[in-house]
Amino acid sequence: MDSRRLGRLRRLRTTRTAASVLSATALALTLTACGSAGPGAGTGSATMWGLNGGDQDVLKHSVDTWNKAHPDEDISLDFFANDAYKTKVRTAVGAGKGPTFIYGWGGGVLKSYVDAGQAADLSPYLARNPEVRDRYLPSVLDNGVVGGKTYAIPNGRAQPILLYFNRDVFARAGAEPPRTWSQLMALVPKFKKMGIAPFALGGQSKWPDLMWLEYLVDRIGGPRVFADIVANKPGAWSHPAVTEALTKIQQLVDAGGFADSFTSSAADNGADLALVHTGKAAMVVQGGWLYQNMKSALPEAIENRTIGWTTFPTVEGGKGSPANLVGNPSNYWSLSSKATASQRKAALGYLKNGMFSEAHTQELIDSGAVPVVKGIKKRLEASQDKDFLTFVYELTQRTRNFTLSWDQALSPAQADALLVNLDQIFLKKIDPHQFTARMNATIEE
Amino acid sequence: MADTSTPLRRTHEPGPSGWLAAPALVMFLAFALVPLGIVVFLSFTRWDGLGPITFDGLGSWRRVVADPATTNALWVTAKVMVFSYLVQTPVSLLLGVFTAGRQRYRALLAVLYFLPLLLSSAAIAIAFKALLDPSFGFSAGVGIPALARNWLGDADLALFVVVAVIAWQFIPFHTLIYQGGVRQIPASLYEAAQIDGAGRVRQFLNITLPQLKYTIITSSTLMAVGSLAYFDLIFVLTGGGPGEATRLLPLHMYLTGFQASDMGAASALGVILVAVGLAVALLLQRLGGRDRSASQLEGV
Repeated sequence: MDSRRLGRLRRLRTTRTAASVLSATALALTLTACGSAGPGAGTGSATMWGLNGGDQDVLKHSVDTWNKAHPDEDISLDFFANDAYKTKVRTAVGAGKGPTFIYGWGGGVLKSYVDAGQAADLSPYLARNPEVRDRYLPSVLDNGVVGGKTYAIPNGRAQPILLYFNRDVFARAGAEPPRTWSQLMALVPKFKKMGIAPFALGGQSKWPDLMWLEYLVDRIGGPRVFADIVANKPGAWSHPAVTEALTKIQQLVDAGGFADSFTSSAADNGADLALVHTGKAAMVVQGGWLYQNMKSALPEAIENRTIGWTTFPTVEGGKGSPANLVGNPSNYWSLSSKATASQRKAALGYLKNGMFSEAHTQELIDSGAVPVVKGIKKRLEASQDKDFLTFVYELTQRTRNFTLSWDQALSPAQADALLVNLDQIFLKKIDPHQFTARMNATIEE
Repeated sequence: MADTSTPLRRTHEPGPSGWLAAPALVMFLAFALVPLGIVVFLSFTRWDGLGPITFDGLGSWRRVVADPATTNALWVTAKVMVFSYLVQTPVSLLLGVFTAGRQRYRALLAVLYFLPLLLSSAAIAIAFKALLDPSFGFSAGVGIPALARNWLGDADLALFVVVAVIAWQFIPFHTLIYQGGVRQIPASLYEAAQIDGAGRVRQFLNITLPQLKYTIITSSTLMAVGSLAYFDLIFVLTGGGPGEATRLLPLHMYLTGFQASDMGAASALGVILVAVGLAVALLLQRLGGRDRSASQLEGV
């Protein structure tokens, strides 16, 4: 990779790194957040906190357009780095100073907002405005439901986790992307003999490890296994599918399936994608956002069709349907229950008429992402990224089970324990039974 | 002579008004004691940062004490403290003595040594993280594959890498302290020693080191208590990983509070951190002898 390309990739990395830097100072920031940056009450206009990178420009444009057309219902928009945002918004919401629009992922964090009475119930609004509800792909809308009521409405792109591979490397090896787990294991020695790492993995970032566990458990035991875990059923982690998945992961580590020093390699700065793009690794399991990242940072990977993609392989004898997906069904907007009447009016108006307007949807598509709305197949087919977009769209449309990334779905305390213990599995510091015991302990509390 | 006159003078001559300490005291009260009190209070509660704060008695404390992660964090902190001390003290002492010399080239080198002082911890962490990347880091840049180790991903190695980066960041600061200390030693002591025929090593051991006693105590206290506060650098560099290999107590506290949203347990960890810090600082003061203001220059 020449230095210019690497530079572009670095910039991509820098955003994520800057995110971690910012969250380091979050402790200090939260203090000020309570005191001064509480745009919640009084100002009249609705407030919205978005995330840097990814959809930033598209969102900004969508809100700017809305504000121009509705000067009396304007929305003031601020952006934050991912990790810093997660800490900041939680503290702000806890102090009753959160934004009108709370950006989220659904899952455990959303549930904690609901439990604390901070998120507004949007079910009556959806009942009054069925056209809002009906525009979404159903597998995606479900994820904003807590206890039968909708508290979060999808606001962007579907991001299932996929298996990406380097087409040139596979052509040289005369191999096909694996469709089953045994095919995957058989590819490992083949690539190793060529001096190529079978899989890149940003192990230092910890969360990419999780993708392996999520898919393996789903493919082996079906979505019920994790549904029980999320429901905090005692001993849910002891399901044999979890143990088998962890064993398979350690077998893959032992076989040398991951790039040397993968535990030093960070996905936050795109090192895993860079390894595959440069042909040092053959494959990587990563989120749907990887394509959007490539489009902005490594357009030649798309132009030259270097990188291909497919679904995660099936496991022989497994119960999970190969159509099941894991990842981020979408991001979501929740509305603060503390919003004033005028803020609420502006917010609901935007959700209905501003978000997923023709132009907004088109801009999402142009950025290399799949909007989570129905009836856009033709527009996706007209896109220059149609191969990827229609692939993801069909997967998302067809699937019955789109499991949210576990670190988002679980409570924050469980997610933290999960990431640390899974890291220990990849490092082979603990065995599957120790993992199961430690994770069961987080349920019994 | 000084011993008897000092207390007398204090009682009879009114010193500067005690009110001069007021601004500092107010700041200390508002930003140290009050938050500390709140943290002690929170450690007896259960709070996820969002919902209501509920009283939980010793619940958080029990969880924290029983959690193997706490023991691990204390152990990792102790290791970082000891290793940092062992690396930083000799190097900064020698560099301090060296840069205290008035030669031109030494002044020039001193400027270079002090450069890391200008950089923020976060910047240092990001730079080292990039340099240590096994695939695209320093080793790939200069083409020395032997350097492509699993620096930050090997549970046995990462701690030492962290200690090394901390040393890189803080040695300049302690060098500066030692440089100042050495420059305060009267030249007459060395002249006398030279007349007595003492060589350089002898002068260093018998004059420089004893004269630097209080500088060493100051620097050691800063180092030891400082290593209880290492957070930003490690948070960005390793995030506590791999596994929990570099999850120091302050980092563990932050992650428990702001990532796992368990404010009760995080507050208990905070109280432990304060207690350990105070104990270490007091111990070092004790080691330095009680009468800290005693002169070392009798007879000069």
